[in-house]
Amino acid sequence: MTTQQPLIELRHVHRHFKKGRTDIPVLQDISLAVHPGEILCLVGESGCGKTTTGKIMVGLLAESSGEVLYEGQPIHGRGRKEKSEYRRSLQIVHQDPFASLNPSHTIGQILGYPLKRHHLVSNRAELRRRIWEILTLVDLTPPGDIVNKYPHQLSGGQRQRVSIARALSVNPRLIVADEAVSMVDVSIRISLLKTLQNLRDRFGIAVVFITHDLALAKYFAWEGRVAVMYLGRVVEIGSTPEIIGSPSHPYTKALISAIPEADPIVTRRKETLPLRSDDIPSLINIPAGCAFHPRCPFFVPGVCDQEVPALEPLNGYGQEVACIPLTQGMGLSIRESTAAS
Amino acid sequence: MAGKEVVLSVQDLSITYLTRRGRLQAVSHVSFDLHRGETLALIGESGCGKSTLNFGLMRLLPKNANTDTGKIVYTDRAGQKIDVLALNTRSLRKFRWSECAMVFQGAQNSLNPVIHVRDMIYDTANAHGLNNRGEVRERALELFRKVRLDPERVFNSYPHELSGGMRQRVLIALGLLLNPQVVIFDEPTTALDILTQRSILNVLRDLKEELGFSSIFISHDLAVAAEIADTVATMYAGEIVEMGPVNDIFYEPRHAYTLGLMEASPRLSVGREELDGIPGSPPDLVELPTGCKFHIRCPFAIETCKTTPPQLEQASIGHIVACYKSSEVLEKGKELRSVSSTARVARLS
Repeated sequence: MTTQQPLIELRHVHRHFKKGRTDIPVLQDISLAVHPGEILCLVGESGCGKTTTGKIMVGLLAESSGEVLYEGQPIHGRGRKEKSEYRRSLQIVHQDPFASLNPSHTIGQILGYPLKRHHLVSNRAELRRRIWEILTLVDLTPPGDIVNKYPHQLSGGQRQRVSIARALSVNPRLIVADEAVSMVDVSIRISLLKTLQNLRDRFGIAVVFITHDLALAKYFAWEGRVAVMYLGRVVEIGSTPEIIGSPSHPYTKALISAIPEADPIVTRRKETLPLRSDDIPSLINIPAGCAFHPRCPFFVPGVCDQEVPALEPLNGYGQEVACIPLTQGMGLSIRESTAAS
Repeated sequence: MAGKEVVLSVQDLSITYLTRRGRLQAVSHVSFDLHRGETLALIGESGCGKSTLNFGLMRLLPKNANTDTGKIVYTDRAGQKIDVLALNTRSLRKFRWSECAMVFQGAQNSLNPVIHVRDMIYDTANAHGLNNRGEVRERALELFRKVRLDPERVFNSYPHELSGGMRQRVLIALGLLLNPQVVIFDEPTTALDILTQRSILNVLRDLKEELGFSSIFISHDLAVAAEIADTVATMYAGEIVEMGPVNDIFYEPRHAYTLGLMEASPRLSVGREELDGIPGSPPDLVELPTGCKFHIRCPFAIETCKTTPPQLEQASIGHIVACYKSSEVLEKGKELRSVSSTARVARLS
């Protein structure tokens, strides 16, 4: 996988937003690569920069510094045609199916625009056939019932399928699913994810799955990778079974130990990793050194609060972690003296 | 739970909304008993009537809602039974908050943004006849400590100075201010991050042990219910379709819908899982299907399910279910569980 040319690659991407006179660094030094047909999950708490990363990937937001490469080529400074090609290949499914579809257009119209825009159909008959085909692909059957409906006539799950259909209609190579199922009910969630999985298997579309729900990430991306983000940085990345089964970074450990499980005996026996503080630091005032150090139970004074840890390989399986005590072989131990309750 | 006294008893409660399209049956014929110190979790999808039921219990329903049938009997500390639906405005005010409090979801919107947290607390206490500010302050600070907040700081701050998790904690403390016997939590951890959710759950568990209140916990997240509940009730289309002790519901579900929910919830501790969604979507509450309301989506459905609604029946001790095929569901669940536990063993070895 590493020898292959990545589909999209972020290199040392930074992004800040301005609020008044202050700069809020939302992303700092993100380096990620997505390979064709791969599933990459971005997980983390709200405000950690998952969505910003996804938007930068598909070109909806520009990076403040750093490089974004599509098939090895920078995405900026391309000609019009190439730009349109890049735009077409990278699609996004937004979180809220109630806000991401134009309420005054029918589903047929919504699905038709991108096809016409990218000149993927040459006449009306073809357009109609293509829309029919896509609706069948995302299990919105019979298509004839759906095309003339307006978004408000559909349920949340159906709308999200329309969103997926719209992303899919232009033959993309990557779909960024930004919390695409978090607003959908439990019973419908799994079938949506299955649809997405089938599409990936059939067309080899890479999926970047952004979620705050690690259990869902585990289910969806078992064969892929998970990147855990905290305050604008990737703190750990690796194959899903590795990250879920044996997390290395203290933050990942804390997350996994804190998640309740739909199994009363297991969940009540779970041992939570005690944190030194419950408060997430503000992005305006990110702690020096490792951003997690004020909360980390394994905090090593004089090490963690000095230097920003870089992502470094931990073992031969491609797992990388940004934690100085771990990567320099100091090991993790809870230091009672520093552990304030 | 069986031997303990009942604090809140709901009998045959039905609530409808009047809408332009007709009568919307949001809650139909719901009965349950809440015992002292018990935590009852209501699980189900959006639109299944969980929130309406709880607003009904507090009599906080909007004007277009109507309680058609049913009775809500509350037993106060002196053992006196109160018919909640018959209370007049004045005694209802007393009932709310000091007997039965509610912690709403979305802490962002539940606190008044223009007054200090302390004023909110004084106002609440004042409205319920506690005028000694010193005492109220002491009580509030003690509660803040219990929900692991920095008491002095939070007491004197505005809501916008607090994070989402802190606001949720303030709401919990505020709910407990008048020492109610029953607390209703409406999705208290839904909008929160994982680590914050964990600390709120821990706070709730400790508080429950310490103060011994009973609670009704609404959640669409099965994992949260598994964590906190003593009893779990599954709601579908306004009805309780299954209710029982938490372990029974999670390990031996007998209703096809409960089983479906379990099968749709990914678990972290298991390796690769095969999950299945439930086909279709919840029914339109204005035009409800005949028979069992779940039959259209149910893989177990037989002819009877389409015509005659099943009644809640005792399946084992404290476990009731409304399903004609409950034994098949039970078997199927056991089969699925044994598959998933072999997967777990395979992963561990």
